Amino acid sequence: MDTAFFIETIVKIVVILTVFSALAGFGTYFERKILAFMQRRLGPTYVGPYGLLQIAADGIKLFTKEDIIPAGVVGPIFKIAPVITAATAFMAAAAIPFMPEFTIFGYTVHPIVADINIGILYILGIMAVGLYGPLLGGMSSNNKYSLISAARGASVFISYEVVTGLSILAPIMMVGSLSLIDFNNYQSGGIGSWMVWSQPVAFILFWIAAFAETGRTPFHLIANDHEIIDGFGTEYSGMRWGLFFIGEYANMFFISFVMAIIFLGGFGDGSALGALALLGKVAFLFFFFLWTRAAWPDVRPDQLMWLCWKVLMPIAVVNVVITGIVLMF
Amino acid sequence: MSREQLNDRNVQQNYFQVDIADYPTTGWGKFKRVVARTFRGELFVGLWVVLREMIKFDIHTVRYPEEKMPIGPRYRAIHEMLRLWESDTERCIGCGLCEKICVASCIRMDTRIDEESRKEVTEYSINLGRCIFCGYCAEVCPELAIVHGPRYENASEQRAHFVTFEDMLTPIDVMKAGSQKEFEGFGAVIPGSDESVKKTPLAY
Repeated sequence: MDTAFFIETIVKIVVILTVFSALAGFGTYFERKILAFMQRRLGPTYVGPYGLLQIAADGIKLFTKEDIIPAGVVGPIFKIAPVITAATAFMAAAAIPFMPEFTIFGYTVHPIVADINIGILYILGIMAVGLYGPLLGGMSSNNKYSLISAARGASVFISYEVVTGLSILAPIMMVGSLSLIDFNNYQSGGIGSWMVWSQPVAFILFWIAAFAETGRTPFHLIANDHEIIDGFGTEYSGMRWGLFFIGEYANMFFISFVMAIIFLGGFGDGSALGALALLGKVAFLFFFFLWTRAAWPDVRPDQLMWLCWKVLMPIAVVNVVITGIVLMF
Repeated sequence: MSREQLNDRNVQQNYFQVDIADYPTTGWGKFKRVVARTFRGELFVGLWVVLREMIKFDIHTVRYPEEKMPIGPRYRAIHEMLRLWESDTERCIGCGLCEKICVASCIRMDTRIDEESRKEVTEYSINLGRCIFCGYCAEVCPELAIVHGPRYENASEQRAHFVTFEDMLTPIDVMKAGSQKEFEGFGAVIPGSDESVKKTPLAY
């Protein structure tokens, strides 16, 4: 392990942390603006040009707010829960190639923190660990609504892990590797070679499961705003609540990257155009998260479970079996 | 016009019975319903509707401090003291009826007899913290001097918040420009009410 590699890794980690923390802030801005436009409103307009500095205002507010630890909560667990959400979201980013490799000042940079050979398994595993944020936060909050939300969150996350894993199994069988770089190279032959054409069912299933994994609107039962206030986040305030938020938005960006790389060709052949195309795909997938929030209502928890176990999981299993049969012959 | 058309009190009567199918009882029926709902594409209708609104960009937000919605002519907000159109002097003759009728006892005035032995208002104040904006003062005023204006922003640092005669009096430059607004007042017709009025459904 030489010094250059060490420094490069540190720099990459810092860049990813800062860029995606900032992007989480911009994500809230885009969400508010796009939802507003879709509902014929203006969204934030007063702070800065087009309300852009609203992010800074919100950040200052979150950082300077009093950190309230209510009486009756289990202190250490209550304090650590938001950190788990944010940390696991960023840890999952370690195995995601954000751009094709490029050469700068004669030094080739691989924009992936660790190209481990179990990349996608690692990402799914770490995202599954992210469940402990809402779960522990809700359980330690000394609030029955937080507890309900935590229980719901746990059931949703664990159930949809099944769908995510099974739906992604078919592409893994086709590629024969778990590294996202290999996934990308498998589809580097242009639009025709994208995984979404050979595995459309897996793509749809993974997309649906991504909504549940990130807790976004059609499956927004974890922090169910209209029913149990803010779910597991009810008792949180200030930056601890902000960490939950950053974790949620970072997760949305990372799962968009994963979807774009696994199913939509990633950065293609590695040219600058391919990198831009990857950003475009991620932007569309992120936009879709906001779009559905404006368009669709939430489903009930029992409908969500029904959808997972009686519809999506059987389809995923059938998809895996058919893929296996096709691959065999 | 026939009687039926006149009796039709609803402006638009195009209701129709929604075709609701019976709830499926068998497993196969439920399965068929799920499949039908899945592939009917109603989710995309919802997506299209919100995207269409975003593209049309027909924003309905009123940016309140800069823009304000027009307010009805009957609205009773902060009082104004009007001037005579002929001589630009104030209309108030100091009769004291407004002070007398005020149910919240928020009007206080002092008068004196001036050199031409006419009554003149020396002090006049309304405590807007007490005022209930009932409009009796404007109604009782024999000279149409005290009226209600359209200014409804009366946030204050204290509960007691006074306006004086000079505050309420129409500024002289506004008066010279001829843009003093009369209070149309009680029973005034709401703008556009002609269009929203429905015809009497009586045929005779």
